[in-house]
Amino acid sequence: MTVIGIGLIRMRNLFAVVMLSGIYSLLAAFLYVIMDAVDVAFTEAAVGAGIATVLMLATLALTGTQEKPSRHTNLLSIAIVTVTGAALVYGTLDMPEYGDPDAPIHHHVVPRYMNDSAHEVGPPNVVTSVLASYRGFDTLGEVTVIFTAAVGVIALIGRIRRRRSLNHDARLNERWADTMSSKPVLRVLTKLIIPLIMLFALYVQFHGDYGPGGGFQAGVIFASALILYGLIFGIDTARRAVPEWMTRLGLALGVLMYAGTGVAGLVMGGNFLNYSVLAHDHLHGQHWGIFTIELGVGITVAAAMVTIFFTFARLLPVDPNDEKRS
Amino acid sequence: MTSPHLPVLMVVLPLMSAPFCAVMRRGLPAWSLALVVTWTSFALALAVLTQVLDHGTIIYSIGDWAAPWGIEYRIDRIGAFMAVIVSGIGALSLAYSRRSIAHEIGVRRRPLFYTMFLLSLAGLLGISVTGDAFNLFVFLEISSLSSYVLISLASDRRALTAAYRYLIMGTIGATFYIIGVGLMYMMTGTLNLADLAARVPEVAGTRTILVALGFLTVGISLKLALFPLHTWLPNAYAFAPSVVTVFLASTATKVAIYVLLRILFTVFGKADVIHAQEIGDVLMVLALLAMFVASLVAIFQDNVKRLLAFSSLAQVGYMILGVSMATATGISAGIIHLFNHAIMKGALFMAVGCVFMRTGSVRVEAFAGLGRAMPVTMAAFVVGGLSLIGVPATVGFISKWTLIQAALETGAWPLAVLILLSSLLAIVYVWKVVEVAYFQPLPSYRGDVREAPLSMVLPMWFLAGCSIYFGIDAATTLGIARDAAAALLGNGP
Repeated sequence: MTVIGIGLIRMRNLFAVVMLSGIYSLLAAFLYVIMDAVDVAFTEAAVGAGIATVLMLATLALTGTQEKPSRHTNLLSIAIVTVTGAALVYGTLDMPEYGDPDAPIHHHVVPRYMNDSAHEVGPPNVVTSVLASYRGFDTLGEVTVIFTAAVGVIALIGRIRRRRSLNHDARLNERWADTMSSKPVLRVLTKLIIPLIMLFALYVQFHGDYGPGGGFQAGVIFASALILYGLIFGIDTARRAVPEWMTRLGLALGVLMYAGTGVAGLVMGGNFLNYSVLAHDHLHGQHWGIFTIELGVGITVAAAMVTIFFTFARLLPVDPNDEKRS
Repeated sequence: MTSPHLPVLMVVLPLMSAPFCAVMRRGLPAWSLALVVTWTSFALALAVLTQVLDHGTIIYSIGDWAAPWGIEYRIDRIGAFMAVIVSGIGALSLAYSRRSIAHEIGVRRRPLFYTMFLLSLAGLLGISVTGDAFNLFVFLEISSLSSYVLISLASDRRALTAAYRYLIMGTIGATFYIIGVGLMYMMTGTLNLADLAARVPEVAGTRTILVALGFLTVGISLKLALFPLHTWLPNAYAFAPSVVTVFLASTATKVAIYVLLRILFTVFGKADVIHAQEIGDVLMVLALLAMFVASLVAIFQDNVKRLLAFSSLAQVGYMILGVSMATATGISAGIIHLFNHAIMKGALFMAVGCVFMRTGSVRVEAFAGLGRAMPVTMAAFVVGGLSLIGVPATVGFISKWTLIQAALETGAWPLAVLILLSSLLAIVYVWKVVEVAYFQPLPSYRGDVREAPLSMVLPMWFLAGCSIYFGIDAATTLGIARDAAAALLGNGP
């Protein structure tokens, strides 16, 4: 990872930089697996190595792939970065050793999560219990962050599109179809693989209680199926399958499902986000609560990823040569 | 209104209305929904404040999971006071926004503007009332992300660069904060602020905690635009839509200062921190620098919004100066100035927004002759300006009086002199605008300039009126600030 980090800084070709950062994320995911944080690893692999790379490649298509060389080196920035790095290293000196069973982190809140979550919340996957129930309000906040980001993209970039010629989208789609029609293998394979990806996404969505997974990962995987469709068959074609109003509604719906579940708990006599009161048996209540909020997370995340990708992709010039930026 | 759920509803209501606004196609329904919601939040915040003043700290466990396993809202005086400031300014600027936004933002983006506004409000409120360090981070992200978008929605292209700069600096600040929280979690095993306060003294001597404190302080200082980490602020305020400047200038940096108080005093207060004293010294020097450098720069600005933005940096200096003394009076001076500055800067930026609507410019020249053409607006500007200087019978006087008292109490009379000297600089930059407005004739090509619409004048004068009212009768606000300061120092109710 260090080698890749240095490579990232030295590299001038942005295409290579994006690829390297994808690899970096994948390595980070391996690191998380080694630390037994499979859920985090899953997210890192799906988001960091997957979607983020695709989005950055789409951006590169807009901006060009060479970094402008800057002549002067900024000494102040180097100094700040060095001091920050040194402070971090200095801070690690008194850290408990990795894997030390006496570290404070294992003795305060964690024991209850590990021992009691099964009969307090239910799911065998403790991570799900913590994220969705014990600290469910944070997760609601995270979903709202994703919602904010996607709506922000619509608000800021959605407007540039309208300035372009009206048939820009159609022309872009045509050119795309032309290029892709000469690659039948890709087209057939994509058609075969997309249902599988979607099925896998649903599995990840509904199996999050038992194994690693949940709404975040499932949403990203589901979105990647739609993005793949868009890449191969044209943005406009994909947009006809998933129109703009649908993703916008999905964005809102997911957040509302989550917060609505919280309000339901409040109406049924508990505090906000108390799922136990949703059914007669508290485990059933927790089960239904987590099921609904995870679905909300999945919907918002998938809608957000699709929105961001398609909003950017529509900015692509029809012919790379006639609108090349200087 | 004594339902136990008020604290959480105050935050969740704007948060849940945002998605509704996002699917609307037109501005008016979105504005109406947002108006109802922000005023309800304001009413809830007032109810919560009364409840806290009468019965003490409110604790609300979200999901009925007791802290530190779950997340709790723990609202004491200062938290409730912040919530009232944020939601009050939010409600007033939303009332003000309809005409201003209709003038500055295109039809199709208006519902999205209100979506972002509600999210920003929910984020800032969430920070004010939470008792959990990580939950604070999440809501900080909501509020920051939505403010970047709000700023870049301006029709001025320069707003995009300003917002981008804010995004980079803000993200670095948030990252520093979360690194700090991560280190603290590693050493204590908890994220709950009250629980952290109890467990930090045990490990206070370790280098990891010291570094954590450093990261937290620097990260938050970036967010509150402490000199020299302020570079994102002037352009962000200058080029943002008028309402956004009003809202962010009166709330965002204030909430960041509140977070700093929480970390320095609630979390690290009981720890044996010799280092906190050193942090106090550093903060004091930076605060003094901010007061003088920013005021001097403000004098040379031609853009009135930028001028007021630099003035805000100087005012942040006053607040931090109070905090850095770490005495009860000093902290209460900082807290009372949070409130006072919010209302006076709100009124000033609203006045500038009115001028922008009628003349299309916010440069000093554009104010020529407005003393006659827009008398109501300019009168509000003068009230705000006088308050900024610290003239008696305005809130600015109360702030400076308390601050000077605090300086004299600690025997630091040079500080008191410096506070007075910096007020002279404020006279210069306020006079610069007032002179042009009242002593220069209205240019003939601006003959048709009229007074701003009532829906903008009313909120503006409400704030201007508050800055006179609370300047004459400061007993309530000073009382809250004193009790809050005592509570932060651990010897209050």
